[in-house]
Amino acid sequence: MEWLIPQFFLGAWDQFPPLLQYLIETTFWILVVTITVILGVAFTTYFERKVIGYMQGRIGPNRVGPKGLGQPFADVLKMLIKEVVVPAKSNRFLFVIAPLLTLVPALATWAVVPFSNTFVIADINAGLLYVLALTSVGVYGVILAGWATNSKYAFLGAMRSAAQIVAYEIAMGFALVGVLMASGSLNLGVITEAQGGGVTNWFVLPLLPLFFVYFIAGVAETNRAPFDVAEGESEIVAGFHVEYSGIAFALFFLGEYANIILISALTSILFMGGYLSFFEGWTILEGTMLSFLREPSLGWLVLKICFFVYVFFWIRATFPRYRYDQIMRLGWKVFIPVTIVWIGVEAVMAWMQVGPWTNLYG
Amino acid sequence: MTEIQNFTMNFGPQHPAAHGVLRLVLEMDGEVIQKADPHVGLLHRGTEKLAESKPYNQNIGYMDRLDYVSMMCNEHGYVMAIEKLLGISPPIRAKYIRVMFDEITRVLNHLMWLGAHGLDIGAMTMFLYCFREREDLMDCYEAVSGTRMHATYYRPGGVYRDLPETMPKYRSNQYRSKKEVNRMNQNREGSLLDFIDAFCEKFPGCIDEYETLLTDNRIWKQRTVNIAVVSPERALNLGFTGPMLRGSGIEWDLRKKQPYEVYDLVDFDIPVGINGDCYDRYLVRVEEMRQSTKIIEQCVDWLRKNPGPVMLGDHKIVPPDRVEMKDDMESLIHHFKLFTEGYNVPVGEAYAALEHPKGEFGVYLISDGANKPYRVKIRAPGFSHLASLSEMVEGHMLADVVAVIGTQDIVFGEIDR
Repeated sequence: MEWLIPQFFLGAWDQFPPLLQYLIETTFWILVVTITVILGVAFTTYFERKVIGYMQGRIGPNRVGPKGLGQPFADVLKMLIKEVVVPAKSNRFLFVIAPLLTLVPALATWAVVPFSNTFVIADINAGLLYVLALTSVGVYGVILAGWATNSKYAFLGAMRSAAQIVAYEIAMGFALVGVLMASGSLNLGVITEAQGGGVTNWFVLPLLPLFFVYFIAGVAETNRAPFDVAEGESEIVAGFHVEYSGIAFALFFLGEYANIILISALTSILFMGGYLSFFEGWTILEGTMLSFLREPSLGWLVLKICFFVYVFFWIRATFPRYRYDQIMRLGWKVFIPVTIVWIGVEAVMAWMQVGPWTNLYG
Repeated sequence: MTEIQNFTMNFGPQHPAAHGVLRLVLEMDGEVIQKADPHVGLLHRGTEKLAESKPYNQNIGYMDRLDYVSMMCNEHGYVMAIEKLLGISPPIRAKYIRVMFDEITRVLNHLMWLGAHGLDIGAMTMFLYCFREREDLMDCYEAVSGTRMHATYYRPGGVYRDLPETMPKYRSNQYRSKKEVNRMNQNREGSLLDFIDAFCEKFPGCIDEYETLLTDNRIWKQRTVNIAVVSPERALNLGFTGPMLRGSGIEWDLRKKQPYEVYDLVDFDIPVGINGDCYDRYLVRVEEMRQSTKIIEQCVDWLRKNPGPVMLGDHKIVPPDRVEMKDDMESLIHHFKLFTEGYNVPVGEAYAALEHPKGEFGVYLISDGANKPYRVKIRAPGFSHLASLSEMVEGHMLADVVAVIGTQDIVFGEIDR
């Protein structure tokens, strides 16, 4: 991007101490990623309404701007000019901080996401642990919101969410253990590279059950249908965010959708080869105009994210809601055993060098 | 040590799953319901009392507003009670029209129920699918009475007018292209009967569509099977009627047991459940929609072949034709008398009941010989169903309350009256 900046500034830039240069550069990229994600969230809401709309024989938003593309911005504007009502008997501090607690981790996790083989903000070795830690923090937002509101509906929502998260974090964690074993690293970039060499090397094949468990647990983590008992529209009205209005509600909304994109991104990276190309190693494309399709790029990651986001909406439009105890049963009695068994299977198969498990680490 | 108290929660009256204005005071032990106390009366409009101050015919409109998702069936009950007191019987064509619209209303009601029940349990798409078909039936209402909901179509002595030869059509606008409008108007070129016929042809396919989404869906089954089981004996004791009773396995349907109008001339079956849980009641209602379609088809066939009057010719009860009034003094007087003071009904009392989509809907009418009822008592099926709510949800979880409210098919217009 040097060409963008006049010579004078470039000269000044060289005078900065390296630490300051690093700080400025990183901050710039953080801003770029954050704004992109937030814009992505805005259009994800539009995408959801259109997708579900067409699935239900409706049209979806089509009034604001061309094809309704202005709708997300109209919504944000509406939210911004509304009053944030803080209930009289709530805990004011926690009430205000809770939406931030859901949104900030959802954005912060993007730091370790490898967007392409050259670009990642923080290339840290404990990337997977960082992801796990931050997604768990996000749950505090829900629980605190429910508690701070001091309403019975919100309280029930928070309680449900707390129990649900405990169950699904474990299943998710175990699914990640499988990925960890397969790649031999916690670094998301290394995990992606470990899946290089064609579609058959993607972890989705040897870790198929873990892939399903991870994705479904992800749906549960983000409180999306059919696991949206914490909001439970028809039971506890809106659950933990029943008393939130205006921009405070919008932050919850933003957090939820940021989480959807995040879970989709992580599923793509952990199981579907992240930025790696679908056509990697196809000799038929050799030398043709389409040979660029074989290169790893950001485009592939975005495509995979879009696909998983679409699956989120598809699931929402299709399934009825689980009951709270049934979710717990599914988490504890189905997912956790499945993951444990499959980790064992994976270990044995990788050790014996069988079938698709041959190329796995260890 | 402090005693652990149950958690009391207000469910409604403003709640997305309360189907209007139900207020439930729930006593819960964690998520498990210990007791549910339904509070009624928030939609009380005094229909029965209001009816005492209006000439007979002017009350028909109130009946539409009782159970506002099955409008014509309510009218039917009231009109039947008047006809019993007057000792008249409508022409056969009117009877067929009534049966046809009763069944259209049943489908309307069950579609509304299926959509709302699905939405309550979280199957959001069901709601919109059901409303898509509901729209067509609303158009039938519109074609025949000029209004999409509160029709006031049934009158003592027949129905307000014969079935129209044309259907209302969509028009294109800024957001709706000509092509799309033509597609929407495809079935609307012919008469109302053609339209209904086309609907009957496509509707079983639509029901299949709903069933693919729900019937074998594991989550749907987990949410409804063995929820709120009512034994046949208990169902009888609680005063259940309609699908609630049939869901428990008792074959009771007024259309078969005490046929009114022409139900003895049409061919249909009554589905019954086995276990008496929410899932059985769901299956019963879905099958009822198929049976209703069958009845509608038979009525359409008959109505095509047999033109004739749809109203009695007795102008003491039935207003004369508009054209007649122009040159017939007698008709003008009749018209004036009917629309100012109405008609007098002989002293007596009558109870008319019919198989409403929700159960037995009855109207008990006392006349003191005046032009307005002395007393009207409406037997709303939903009322006795709601009374059993506490029993049905005890020991279930909060989410099941929603499923039970859905399965009872509660509409507050009729319960609070």
